[in-house]
Amino acid sequence: MANMSLVKNKMPEQDPNVRNKNFNEVALGYTAEQAVDEAQRCLHCKKKPCVQGCPVNIKIPEFIAKVAEGDFEGAYQVINEDSSLPAVCGRVCPQESQCEKYCVRGVKGEPVAIGRLERFVADYHNANCSEAPAKPEQNGHKVAIVGAGPAGLTCAGDLAKMGYAVTIYEALHLAGGVLVYGIPEFRLPKAIVQKEVDTLKELGVKVETNMVVGRSISVDELMEEEGFEAVFIGSGAGLPSFMKIPGENLKAVYSANEFLTRVNLMKAYKDGSDTPVMHAKRVAVVGGGNVAMDAARSAKRLGAEEVYIVYRRSEAELPARAEEVEHAKEEGIIFKLLTAPTEIIGNDEGFVAGMNCIQMELGEPDASGRRRPVKIDGSDFKLDVDCVIMAIGTSPNPLIRNTTKGLETNRHGCIVTNGDDGLTSREGVYAGGDAVTGAATVILAMGAGKSAAAAIDQYIKGKK
Amino acid sequence: MVDMYKILRKAELNPTVTLMDIEAPHVARKAEPGQFIILRVDENGERIPLTIADYDREKGVVTIIYQIVGATTAKLNHKEAGDYIQDFVGPLGTPSHLEGLKKVAVVGGGVGCAIAYPVAKKLHSMGCEVHTIVGFRSKDIVILEDEFKAVSDKMIMMTDDGTYGVKGLVTQGLEELILAGEKYDEVIAIGPVIMMKFVCQVTKKYDIKTVISMNPIMIDGTGMCGGCRLTVGGETKFACVDGPEFDGHQVDFAEAMSRGAMYKPFEKERYDETCNLFKKEVQ
Repeated sequence: MANMSLVKNKMPEQDPNVRNKNFNEVALGYTAEQAVDEAQRCLHCKKKPCVQGCPVNIKIPEFIAKVAEGDFEGAYQVINEDSSLPAVCGRVCPQESQCEKYCVRGVKGEPVAIGRLERFVADYHNANCSEAPAKPEQNGHKVAIVGAGPAGLTCAGDLAKMGYAVTIYEALHLAGGVLVYGIPEFRLPKAIVQKEVDTLKELGVKVETNMVVGRSISVDELMEEEGFEAVFIGSGAGLPSFMKIPGENLKAVYSANEFLTRVNLMKAYKDGSDTPVMHAKRVAVVGGGNVAMDAARSAKRLGAEEVYIVYRRSEAELPARAEEVEHAKEEGIIFKLLTAPTEIIGNDEGFVAGMNCIQMELGEPDASGRRRPVKIDGSDFKLDVDCVIMAIGTSPNPLIRNTTKGLETNRHGCIVTNGDDGLTSREGVYAGGDAVTGAATVILAMGAGKSAAAAIDQYIKGKK
Repeated sequence: MVDMYKILRKAELNPTVTLMDIEAPHVARKAEPGQFIILRVDENGERIPLTIADYDREKGVVTIIYQIVGATTAKLNHKEAGDYIQDFVGPLGTPSHLEGLKKVAVVGGGVGCAIAYPVAKKLHSMGCEVHTIVGFRSKDIVILEDEFKAVSDKMIMMTDDGTYGVKGLVTQGLEELILAGEKYDEVIAIGPVIMMKFVCQVTKKYDIKTVISMNPIMIDGTGMCGGCRLTVGGETKFACVDGPEFDGHQVDFAEAMSRGAMYKPFEKERYDETCNLFKKEVQ
């Protein structure tokens, strides 16, 4: 008999006033009892709309059925057929706009908490099953992956399972991409990412860190000299944008990328780290996406007394997940909505001493369909801050497009691919994730990595 | 391949400047003058950029020269030949544009000479007439004198205190050459930001194109953090991908100097801690 409760089982969390002072994970995960109870809310409807909502088409009702039976490892095996990073996705996927959006239970009440169940299952597996995955039989073909982020890791995992000899080339000293430099520890513990990377290594995937493709080695050299039959480019969208307003080069103005990289990848929040980061008292984070929330919540944890999100549209337009906005508010982040910075003010030593802003109102819808923010004349005011973090987006790094002959890119610098399979303008070269779409989500990048893996397999098998 | 990077040779060039040969075939294979690497000494280390001082493609070796200025360089200096460093990535940045140059004045200041040397060497190998003006505070910290001599058609050694070569600043040496009628296609100045600023003031007067090499604070070195940004000709540029070399007459030096001092108090504290740690180890 299905559990007909209209609401999801709540997931235990650290108290907001405790967690905003530490970097431990905010959400604590379901207990086995909560997971089983939640799993019983699934009606196992015939149409399975949730599966269509998932970019990697996880067999959601099947894994939920296993959870309901208490067969958690069985549930993991079901997920593992379609997703190589469940512990990550269970935490950072925007389920509310994907699988859960289509859940029938959501018509009247809340949808089944698919994301929380996925997380539970993956954590159960990681805690209880130490068995290394069987190394697949090798098929003798070599594929190179550029970038060890979500797209690259997924593509590598799928190809390795098919028997390919896969080598990932990563520019940083650690694999994981945005999962290790961008998303904070309190939202995605780095040990979880490491575990996923280790699993890939057990499958036989080689990870070459400190290799900047485009500098240390080129895509052409990978194919011509190193003998890779295909290359997948999952180099992400790592180039930070700035607003081009006066004062942006003052000290204590960070791109969100820099601030988060210092805190996450370089562990600047820990005492033993050699990497410095400003411990500001009053911080303005400009932008309204998940990255802005991550930066604001990190700044709070570093000891800032007041942290503002400065966003030029209204709450309804915030691109961040509702859950992240909620968490940020609970932790004391102050939202300055319909507000746009006009200038950053410096003191005599060249440090930030404030930010001039102007109030906005919403006008007619623009090309994106959202109502365009319009300045309200005479509404200027100064926000008293000593640090500004720009979280207004990123674009793909030009390094690969500048060093790969015949690789077509669009005017935004994104690699152009031929539909869903990720084939670029170059034979044997595939691409996916933010490098193709511009800044998007982890799961979309994973979906692209997965499709490309299937296409690369077909391509290599079809040769000869 | 390698998980860590072996130190093949270590040589003290003066009491605070050290040379190391690092085994890094992938970097050596592609390295060009003007480019840099990023290294991390150990697991908790920060990523610091250092310009490539020399390379040997066949042996797979990259030479770095560093001055002990902070915790990371102090830690690095604690390593010996045969030891390993955690990370070593590159070559990063855009190589020097040296094509077509017929006569160049290369100006090096202090440890910046380590960066100026490969540029002078490459120019010399291309048949360019190379005049070098190298400056140091004092005789006991002079580095790379013989190396510069070997690749220069004319070399002027200068010290601030007059203990060696000509007493005075590199700007004086350069200006004298210009006034003596030397016509340079370009001046390449590498050293402390303040030195590069003053060299640019001199060359601006005589309208000589001047290229300088910036070494700002950065993390990834691939364009990801934007920490290394500076203003060049009124536009924001990233030193790691757009540079590190720029037209010196366009650079906002005041801003660059200010940004370079961002973490001064932290760096001082960390440096003192590190030195104390090493002292304890010795005891």
